[in-house]
Amino acid sequence: MNNQQLIISGVGGQGILFITRLLAETAMAKGFHVLTSETHGMAQRGGIVISHLKVGDFSSPLVRPGQADGLLALKPETVPLHRHFLKQEGWIVANAPPLAIVEVAHPLSIMDADSLALTMGNPQSVNLMVLGRAIAESGRLFCTAAEVEEAIQRKLEMKKGPLDGAMAAFRAGLGATP
Amino acid sequence: MDRIDPLLMQGNEAIARALIENGCVVATSYPGTPASEILSGVMSWQKAEGVAMHVEWAINEKVALEIAYAGSQSGLRTAVAMKQVGLNVASDPLMSAVYLGVTGGFIVISADDPGPHSSQTEQDSRLLAMLAKIPVLDPDSPGQAQELVALAFELSEEFQVPVMLRPTTRVCHACQDIQPAPVKKLGRTADFRKNPSRWAATPNFRYRLHLELNEKLARMAAYGPTAPRRLNPGARANKAIVASGAAAGHAREIMKNLGLWDNIPFFQVIQPYPLHSEFTTEILRDFDEILVLEETTGVIEMQLRDRDKVRGKLSGAVPEAGELLPELIEGIIAGFAGVTVPAVPQPPTGGGRRPTLCPGCPHRASFYAIKKTAPKGIYPSDIGCYTLGANLGGVDTVLCMGASVSQAAGFHHAYRVTGEERDVVATIGDSTFFHSGIPPLIDAVTQRSRFVLVILDNATTAMTGNQPTPAVPLAGGVPVEISSVVEGCGVRFCKTGDPLDLPGFTRLVKEAVEFARKDSVAVVIAKSPCLVDRNRPKLQRDQVEIDVTCTGCKVCTSQFECPALVFDEATKKVTTDLLICSGCGVCMDVCPSRSIKPREEKP
Repeated sequence: MNNQQLIISGVGGQGILFITRLLAETAMAKGFHVLTSETHGMAQRGGIVISHLKVGDFSSPLVRPGQADGLLALKPETVPLHRHFLKQEGWIVANAPPLAIVEVAHPLSIMDADSLALTMGNPQSVNLMVLGRAIAESGRLFCTAAEVEEAIQRKLEMKKGPLDGAMAAFRAGLGATP
Repeated sequence: MDRIDPLLMQGNEAIARALIENGCVVATSYPGTPASEILSGVMSWQKAEGVAMHVEWAINEKVALEIAYAGSQSGLRTAVAMKQVGLNVASDPLMSAVYLGVTGGFIVISADDPGPHSSQTEQDSRLLAMLAKIPVLDPDSPGQAQELVALAFELSEEFQVPVMLRPTTRVCHACQDIQPAPVKKLGRTADFRKNPSRWAATPNFRYRLHLELNEKLARMAAYGPTAPRRLNPGARANKAIVASGAAAGHAREIMKNLGLWDNIPFFQVIQPYPLHSEFTTEILRDFDEILVLEETTGVIEMQLRDRDKVRGKLSGAVPEAGELLPELIEGIIAGFAGVTVPAVPQPPTGGGRRPTLCPGCPHRASFYAIKKTAPKGIYPSDIGCYTLGANLGGVDTVLCMGASVSQAAGFHHAYRVTGEERDVVATIGDSTFFHSGIPPLIDAVTQRSRFVLVILDNATTAMTGNQPTPAVPLAGGVPVEISSVVEGCGVRFCKTGDPLDLPGFTRLVKEAVEFARKDSVAVVIAKSPCLVDRNRPKLQRDQVEIDVTCTGCKVCTSQFECPALVFDEATKKVTTDLLICSGCGVCMDVCPSRSIKPREEKP
């Protein structure tokens, strides 16, 4: 895979920056150049937060509408808000209860990460579950599950508790049944 | 020195790294989006590299600039960082410092926010650089910001002037793989050389300094390293595109996508002011049509003095407000080049959700108490998270840092002098109070202004990422108590309460309102820590649940507006979002039917 452009969105507090940077670091470990664009400031207070991630040779940090390979939606409501970024063959992975999203134009994979996060007693881990769910659809992302796990390991190596929680959440997403 | 591997760095971190790499010794800042992470980045890199520096979160941008400037007068490399509206606050010392000049390299970093995403204006700091007559550098990416910091120090020392670095949100809050450079050890020590005719110049000398400055500007407009860069030397056409900042990054990528890169000459302007004079002459001589892409004002465009050949903001070819998003630039470039592009997919109209105070935020309780106590009051407010109190009907005005206090006085006098008494209850955050709320409070005491000022003291600068305040400084700092400042201003009513104790706090606000009606300005300090402050231990509190007696009256979701309380259209009752309820318990006092209880079962 050469260049890849992704949109990751949800609401403030869901850890969108964390998984955006995690993917960017995974890409760097594979020798790619990366450019991302983050949301900071007022919108982080419960408003809609969007990250752009571009892996490969780019000079703009923003994904243009109609250019994204994939959308990772951490809230069902960001699917209609941000699906216009997708190119024709672009795919969607969303955190949503079954049947919450109607989508005909793009391949859609969902998982109910909110419920799973509560069951696992880890309400802050929805982000990694959705990332895991995206990786589970093979051949979509520029990286493999093992490469993401190495990146998580490097990022949280000094923090045993959060590391275990993050790994558990990511793997729960990987194993989630469609 | 060992080569360090590339690291993923945010633009602000890359700027911070470059300051350390280039021997910066004093770095100061006041937080503000999108500039906030620059100084925290400096702190991290300073620690990692073990260099001796003075790094401080200053009380405001003016103080920050003056402290860093004195370091430069002492021969050291220094920098100050702020957001664009912070530059307004710091513009007084800046205008003067430009005439006096510098000894050590001095960079004024002013981060703009085209959009705006998190600011009260879209102002272009480069225009303020023109007004101040200082050179300004305009990076397109984190990587270029790193490069331009090094260049800014050289330019500053070569011409003995402060240099502005003007990143925008898309540079500050972009992340890129960055190759750290080795840290230069300049080994300078402070060496202030007395020269009163320069450093304390009187108006007579200032005129001469102004002439000198004009002469420096003419030479800077011919300085090679900051000259515009022709990025596609092979392209030949009678048209050219000139771009700077983030717009240059978007434009390059789009020209390549549209197959125009080998056809239309592209120039990237690194130093929009003063624009290089030879470049200006040549581009107007060599091309029939020139498109200028820049944010947010036509600063380059207005220096390319030709109304017939130049297309940009002034000519109407490029919008004069809002961010130059790549999809917008694509259309403009396509039109300029005479090629067609497919229609851009449009976002939906409506949808989204507005930002709101966090679940459990003590400000929500403060606003609720204020509205209960003075329902007909006027509520001036200020810059910070609590601006979101507008959702709750607790914020009527937001102007600029510290204005809540002066506006409260202004409203009081406007009504009083025209024969009406009106309750005025202003809100201001702790950091904003220190920043510029103190002089208007003294003014209020002196002028017998009668209003209530509620200082929302969450012991941090929350909105920008929990920077310290003078009351809660970093290790080694001496704390300054808000209550002692208020009392020192001459305020006769100053009481502190915890807004999470809603009944008790409401009584306190009532007492203050009554005092202000008959006596003088009253201050209530609403003291309760920010819940998202990572510097504090996470509180373990019981979440709430709603029992069957809920009447569905929606007071908790509309008047109190806690995002953790959700009205269920199916059952017509409210439920708790257990993913986000913080267990502050204030809603139990808000609920008219007393249907909200601590939750028995733990998630």
